[in-house]
Parts: sequence; C-alpha cells; structure tokens
Amino acid sequence: MAKFKTHMLVCGGTGCRASASDVLYENLKKEVKEKGLENDVQVVTTGCFGFCEQGPIVKMIPDNTFYVGVQPKDAADIVAEHAIKGRKVERLLYKDPVKKEHVPDSKHMGFYKKQIRIALRNCGLIDPENVNEYLAADGYEALGKVLLEMTPEEAIKIVIDSGLRGRGGGGFPTGVKWKIAHGVNGAQKYVVCNADEGDPGAFMDRSILEGDPHSVLEAMAINGYCIGATKGLIYIRAEYPLAIHRLKIAIAQAREYGLLGEDILGSGFNFDIELRYGAGAFVCGEETALIHSMEGHRGEPTFKPPFPAESGYLGMPTNVNNVETYANIPVIFNKGAQWFASIGTEKSKGTKVFALAGKINNVGLIEVPMGITLREVIFEIGGGIKGGKKFKAVQTGGPSGGCLTEKHLDTPIDYDNLIASGSMMGSGGMIVMDEDDCMVSVAKFYLDFTVEESCGKCSPCRIGNKRLYEILEKITKGHGTMEDLDKLRNLSNVIKDTSLCGLGQTSPNPVLSTIDNFYDEYLAHINEGKCFASQCKDLIKYEIIPENCVGCTACARNCPVNCIAGERKQIHLIDQSLCIKCGACMEKCKFNAVTII
Amino acid sequence: MTKIKSLADLRNMKADLQSKIALREKSDNPEGLVQIKVAMATCGIASGAKEVMEFLIDELDKRNIDAIVSQTGCMGYCYAEPTIEVTLPNQEPVVFGYVDSKKADDIIEKYIKTGELLEGIIPVNYEKID
Repeated sequence: MAKFKTHMLVCGGTGCRASASDVLYENLKKEVKEKGLENDVQVVTTGCFGFCEQGPIVKMIPDNTFYVGVQPKDAADIVAEHAIKGRKVERLLYKDPVKKEHVPDSKHMGFYKKQIRIALRNCGLIDPENVNEYLAADGYEALGKVLLEMTPEEAIKIVIDSGLRGRGGGGFPTGVKWKIAHGVNGAQKYVVCNADEGDPGAFMDRSILEGDPHSVLEAMAINGYCIGATKGLIYIRAEYPLAIHRLKIAIAQAREYGLLGEDILGSGFNFDIELRYGAGAFVCGEETALIHSMEGHRGEPTFKPPFPAESGYLGMPTNVNNVETYANIPVIFNKGAQWFASIGTEKSKGTKVFALAGKINNVGLIEVPMGITLREVIFEIGGGIKGGKKFKAVQTGGPSGGCLTEKHLDTPIDYDNLIASGSMMGSGGMIVMDEDDCMVSVAKFYLDFTVEESCGKCSPCRIGNKRLYEILEKITKGHGTMEDLDKLRNLSNVIKDTSLCGLGQTSPNPVLSTIDNFYDEYLAHINEGKCFASQCKDLIKYEIIPENCVGCTACARNCPVNCIAGERKQIHLIDQSLCIKCGACMEKCKFNAVTII
Repeated sequence: MTKIKSLADLRNMKADLQSKIALREKSDNPEGLVQIKVAMATCGIASGAKEVMEFLIDELDKRNIDAIVSQTGCMGYCYAEPTIEVTLPNQEPVVFGYVDSKKADDIIEKYIKTGELLEGIIPVNYEKID
C-alpha cells in the first residue's frame, strides 16, 4: 500500500465544530476523492489545537502549514492549490497580529502555543526509571555547575534573581527562603521536599515525581549545597505508590552514579536523600505540621516564629520547598535567571502547572506562563465547557481558595491578582463549574473537606468551621435566614483572623468568595427556597407533566422507592412524601414528561 | 554502574548518551526504528496503559517491526488516557489518545505500516524548552 504524501489535519474540537469544521472535513474528503488523490492525501480530524479563537483550523503535514478560519467552501482551494500545485493558500494563513504578515507554518507561530513546559519539561519525554535518559536531557548538569563553579551565595543569588516563588501555594520567594536558611547556624541542617499534595483535584506534584523524579533530587542537592545541608528528606503521602516507587529507583540510581552520597562529582560536598511517608492528612502540607509528622509526632502545626529555617526538623535549621518549585530549579541554573525572569508577569515569574478538572472538555495537566488569562486557559487550552453549557465559575486554590467568575475571565493569572480577586494560587487545582453547579453546595463541599481535615488543635478552626458547615447546610435545606448570611460573614472573618495555621486562616475563603460573587444564589435559597442549579434536593420537586406523559411506566419501573403510581397508558403521579429525589424517573423518561420545579 | 567523579565526566557521559540516542533515531537502517512512548503515570496506568504497552511490545515483535517502546511520564492529556506518542523515522512525533489494544492494533497496521493517520489524533499544544 502506498504511503500518504500529505496529511490534512482538521480540528475536531468543540469550538471548530461549532463553526462547521465537520462540513469542512467532509468537503475536503470529497475534493480529495474527486481529484483522485485518495492514495496520496489523507484527511483526518484531530483533538483541539487550542486556537479556537480563529477556528476552524487545518494543519498540513509534513510542511506544518497552519490555516485558520477555514470555511467549508475553502476546501476546493486547499486541495487544488496546496495538495496539487504545492502552493500555500495565502489568504487562509495565520496573520501575525504585530507584524501584520502571513505566517507560513506553525513553527513560526510562537503565539499559538500557549503552554511552555518548564517544570514538566521531561514528563512525557524521558523514561523516569532510567537515569541515563535524564542525563541526556541535561540532567545533573546544573548540580555540577553549582557545586564546582559557584559559591552557595552566588547560587542563591541566581535563584533570587530568577524571581521564582513557592509553587505550593503561598508564593514566598524561594531564593529569599534559601538565603534565610543559609544564614542560620546549626549542627545539622535539612532540606525537605513537600510532596504532601492534598488539594482536591490537584495532581501536578505527583505527575512530576512520576515523570521526572531526578529533577527534584537534583534540585534538593543544589538546595543542600546552598544552605549547607547534607541531608534531604522527601515527605510524600503513602497514597502515591507509583511516585514512591519511581523515587526509590531514582535515588538508588543517583547513588550508584555518585550523584547523591559522598564527594559528589569530586566537589567534596556530601548529600543524601531519604523518604518519609505521610498518611495523607491535608494539614501536613503546612510546613510545621509536616515537620512534626516526620519527627513521629502528631501532624499538628505550631506557631511561627520560630520558622523552620531557624528551628525545624529535630530542632535544626530546615528548608521546606514544594515539588513543583524544585522542578524549576535545574532549568534556572541551566538557562539562567534572566531567561526565567523573562517569562511571566512583573511579580510572578516563570510558569505554573494547573490541573484542569470539572466541567471542561480537555481535562488535564497544563503548564502556562504566569499572566495568562483564565479565558485562554479555559476556552483555548481547555477547549471550553462540556456539552456547550454556560461557564459559571472556576475554583482555584482548593479548599483555601475561592471562586472566580465571568468578570475575572480576562484577569491575568498570577499570585497577586488571584489574591486580589478573592482566591489564591494554591497548588494549582482548577475546577471549572457550569450553570448546573450550585455555589452554596460548592462552598458546603469545601467546608465538609476542611471540617474533616482540621487537626483540631485550635478552636476557631475546629469549632468555627463546623458551625459554618451547619449554617450552609441549613441554607441548602431551605431553612436559612438573612441573619445566617451575616453570621457566615462574621464567623468567617473571625476564623481567618484567629486560626493558628494556614489551613484555618484560609478555610472560610470558599464561603466568602461565593457570597461575594453569587449573592443572588444565597438570596434565592433563603428567600425563595430555590436552587437555580437544581442541586439542593430539599428545594426541588420532581413532577410529571400530564400533557407529555403517555403512561409507558418507565419511570415507575425504575423508581427505587416505588413512589410513582399509574397504570399502563394512564398519566403517572409522583408521591412527594416518599420521593428521595434521585432523578431516575427524569433520566428514564423518553417523552420529557418529568420536570423539576 | 561506575561513579561519575567530575563535571567533565558528567558532560562526557551526557554527550555520549545523547549521541547514542541520536544514532538510534537516525539509524542507517532505511526503514529506521519506530519509537513509541507510553504515558505511564498513575492516570495512564489506571486507564490501561500497562496492557497497551505490553500489547505493543508483543505485537511489534510478532509483526517484525523494529521499534523501541518505552515508558514515560504524564503528557497532560488526562481526558484521553491511555496516550502514546509514536515517532516514525524522520518524522515529527504524533500523539494518539484513548489507546486500547484494538486501537493499538490500528496504529500498528495503519500508521506505523503505511503512514495513514487515525481519526482523533491529539495536537501537541505545548512548547518544549531546550
């Protein structure tokens, strides 16, 4: 069978389909067939190119010509000109917005690719269980340079100059943290990697450890040299067995090559890394709680100061950084602080990995430069909302964060803008919600999580969050009052101000941000007993529309509590006193005869 | 494994490893080697990436296709797991999603043998740093 000479890739993403890319695909196939090219040219549909704004997209292979805004009628031109004569169809080429010139192929479209992979650079590229592949990808080069060509002070300065901030959520400048730890004396200093990823929906740390464990080991060794520590510990949750497995392999391989251990690369510097397992408690992501857990004590936070840099693991100076933060370090040394600082916004440099989840088409792990807008993330990279529904909100920062709404879609994402919008970066979970999500229930969901995960040490968090949860539950059951709204606000502020650690200080954020952004929904629940999204079971009622019911008995047969009465070919009726509001009747009805009121 | 004792050693080793990989990619063999990477993070494995990888290794061997199948980390296309990346000699890598053994069979028979693409390939939407 002959091999194809040309491939035409037609975008089949939701955005492009909405502007008739499916008709275009059919037309291209027809043209190719009519011209007798079916053995030379293949037309295929692809997933989303992330360039929905100028769709439909057609990309030609092998020359990478990138056509935008292609209409079904353009099929003839593309086949006749490009496929047969080998000439590009100028008018369909992407136009550079600055230079106002046509761009011949996708390789020259820097703008088209919204994602830059720095922390994830080797994920999906190298075999994580083979140190040789990491070495071939510049692995341990940065460690070598730092150990043999730089003083700790010089190396710390590079990290400061890069502008890298902690990727675990708080956003503290990493280089500054190292400098503080460097300046403290101690008999034995420690470097700790915080791999206790606990935000619901976030999995970037796990992916980095599973896909590129050596980059974290290398960065920890660099960190050790910079602050004068010879021991490193990785605190990882036992729920991440594959990440643990690959870390163990990586540590063993690095030791065999002498990249961990004594006299690394002949520099005289000793450094080794051990693993410590956590039991999966959210509070142990807080650095003091994490350190206590590693020491074998209860995972409870303690008051800062003293900061871990002064008195951390076993009372010794300790530097704690998150996995993603570490994954950036080797690149900063290999490509330079200036290069890193050239990406991102004024105060937030580099990229951030986000875990896109919820009602979005392309659920996945993305890495974008700081300063990208939510609109680009959700509608271009994420391919838009599932099922063509309307975007409602995106929750960032997990249980500590808040909801961003339509009015925030064009705000550049960085640490400071997110805080100003009432949310936070957190570890980078992004849960997208559509019109079917009830925001009061969302707030309740996160509170449920915090109540469960609160360590119980301080009363604002232990008792306050429980009370917040109860008020929210009251509202979702339709018994809320306007006074409850005031109580929610007041109590939230007290919890924020008086809790001991970050968990309690941020736990009311989902409540406050949903009240601020979706006040109407709270009012509807309280005053009208209505849930716009029909999520609060106590506020909805399933009813049968007599005009539509044909008496097929499908609903009655599928009702788990047998609360639907009616004979064959007769109108059915739901007994509201028994109904558990499971929605099975609505799902099974083929005649749209069941409705929610 | 011997220990790497200096930065110079490390750099020599890197150059050596890189040229080995380059040699592997630009093999003299006219048909060349097919390279397949299987995304094997937790999400991929949970969706059946291990079975797909075994299937690929066994079948490519049975069908006498010279190929390297290796595992790698998360490519980020979690909605389409298991995902694999196939690089034919002298061509750009192509990412396939939702790969089960039936689709893997299609990929071998169509893409690897004849260069015919399959519907629904995933456009790589990120920039790599080098």
